Amino acid sequence: MTAISAKPKVQAEPAKRVQFDNALLPWLFLLPQLAVIVVFFYWPSVQAVQSSFFIEDPFGFGSTFVGMANYADALASREYRRIASFTAVFTVLVTFLSLAIGLLLAVKADAVIRGASAYKTLLISVYAIAPPVAGLIGMMFFDMHIGPFVQMAAWFGWNMQVGLNYFDTAFAMVFVSVWKQIPYNFIFFLSGLQAVPVSVREAAFIDCKNGWRRFRTVTLPLLMPTAFFLLIINITYALFDTFGIIDVMVKDKPANNPITLVYKVYNDGFRGNDLGGSSAQSVILMVVVFALTIVQFRFLEKRIHYG
Amino acid sequence: MHRTRPFDHLILIIGAALLVLPVVVAFMTSTYTAAQIHTGGLQILPGGNFTETYSKVLTQKGGFTGQITGARMLMNSMILGVGFALGKIVLSMMAAYAIVYFRFRFATIMFWVIFTTLLLPLEVRIMPSYGVMSQLGILNSYTGLIVPLLASATGTFYFRQFFKSIPDELLEAARIDGAGPVKFFIDVIVPLSKTMIAAIFIIMFVYGWNQYLWPMLMTTDESFFTLMRGIKSILQVWIGSQIPDYNEAFALAVLAIIPPVAVVVIFQRWFIKGLTESDK
Repeated sequence: MTAISAKPKVQAEPAKRVQFDNALLPWLFLLPQLAVIVVFFYWPSVQAVQSSFFIEDPFGFGSTFVGMANYADALASREYRRIASFTAVFTVLVTFLSLAIGLLLAVKADAVIRGASAYKTLLISVYAIAPPVAGLIGMMFFDMHIGPFVQMAAWFGWNMQVGLNYFDTAFAMVFVSVWKQIPYNFIFFLSGLQAVPVSVREAAFIDCKNGWRRFRTVTLPLLMPTAFFLLIINITYALFDTFGIIDVMVKDKPANNPITLVYKVYNDGFRGNDLGGSSAQSVILMVVVFALTIVQFRFLEKRIHYG
Repeated sequence: MHRTRPFDHLILIIGAALLVLPVVVAFMTSTYTAAQIHTGGLQILPGGNFTETYSKVLTQKGGFTGQITGARMLMNSMILGVGFALGKIVLSMMAAYAIVYFRFRFATIMFWVIFTTLLLPLEVRIMPSYGVMSQLGILNSYTGLIVPLLASATGTFYFRQFFKSIPDELLEAARIDGAGPVKFFIDVIVPLSKTMIAAIFIIMFVYGWNQYLWPMLMTTDESFFTLMRGIKSILQVWIGSQIPDYNEAFALAVLAIIPPVAVVVIFQRWFIKGLTESDK
């Protein structure tokens, strides 16, 4: 069956039986893309690795080779570890919640007939909102003077102080980040569900009357490729794309506020003028992303059944 | 199975309301004055200040140097979104065509050189990218705003998958008719890819429009500010002010939301198709 297999099948074999033979033309076609990639991807990436081994003079008078010192400093600092653990918790929460809610809504939107397209349009529309705009709207809802969420929290005796209290700010960040990401997961889960053939659905319905069990034993396994693809996308989202949300919500006062590792890279590099330290942190993040990708292709993929 | 339960609708209604209401509230609140919002909180019904707020945000010069209006930021965001989407489509269609339809030396290496870029987002190499920009002297320019963002192979990946699904017979037939590679590309591949191009345009437009970190670093000259950058500066002005300009911030947010949301909703079918099916 052709369940949606959202895994990127990256392989380098020739794609076509017949191809053009031409020594020059393919290079001309590749040239623009290659030029942009070399100048704006490989060159900066190499520079990041290179400058991570140096300490830059703050006044711009050259730099000193320090070997792994920048890495050692970063990994040994308590602040870095605190931010790294916040990033981990934040990523797990955002990924899990936005996947779960997206899946729930997709399953329900797939089940209803009346109004299905209206629900779909409403749920998808929020997809296009930029992270900083989501952050701005979220900040208003969590504003200490006018925010309705703060008032609601007060009913339960929770004196919410987003921007001042570490936990409250973290809560608001997770909330807004999940809100922003639900539509994306919804779109993919719904497409995955709608790719399940009617025959399979009907057979499952005859064999199993219990809706929850049917979902667990038939639908969910068929959705696994989609879910797995989304898992990686959501982790990347939580690690990197939430920058806009966080930057707007901490309002340039990262001191007592929760921030993620990407925010620290930016903050140390541009605000703190610590090029070496910031680069070392960049490289650490690159390694994390590489590791994730390898896990994606090597390890987890084997456990998932692609129809 | 085909019987709908009210419970399903309930969950969908709650879900849709939670997702959409904040945006509705943002718009409604923007039609009040800052003082009204300060005392009355967020609003769910329209107020009477719509024209004042929006004409002020669109035409009044703000910012530190008094150079930039909302209309200008809207235009810059549009240039970034459209320029990025077009650039992406041109670069990636050409590159994908070379990869799929040509046999040449180092093809495999080139494939990996291009697709490695999928692994590392711009955020992790942001500092050195900024350095490269200033060495090239293209800070504060539309080129500097758009071109570095093109250094990722997502579009190439989509087009490659699509080209692979085009039947081989077309190429065979074209060769019998004596069409060369360039003619085949222009007369066969480009027309065949119309839907795909539309889908990628929508996805990339939204992506470009919504860029935040890169424009923020790239543009110190306010005449290049995009709406996302404007949102950051309006918040920076707040610190220390008596009554923050809630209405103007919301109006700016609404301006930043409308174009991408409209594109996604209007071209929903293409957009979803492009997003979900190009991975096959």
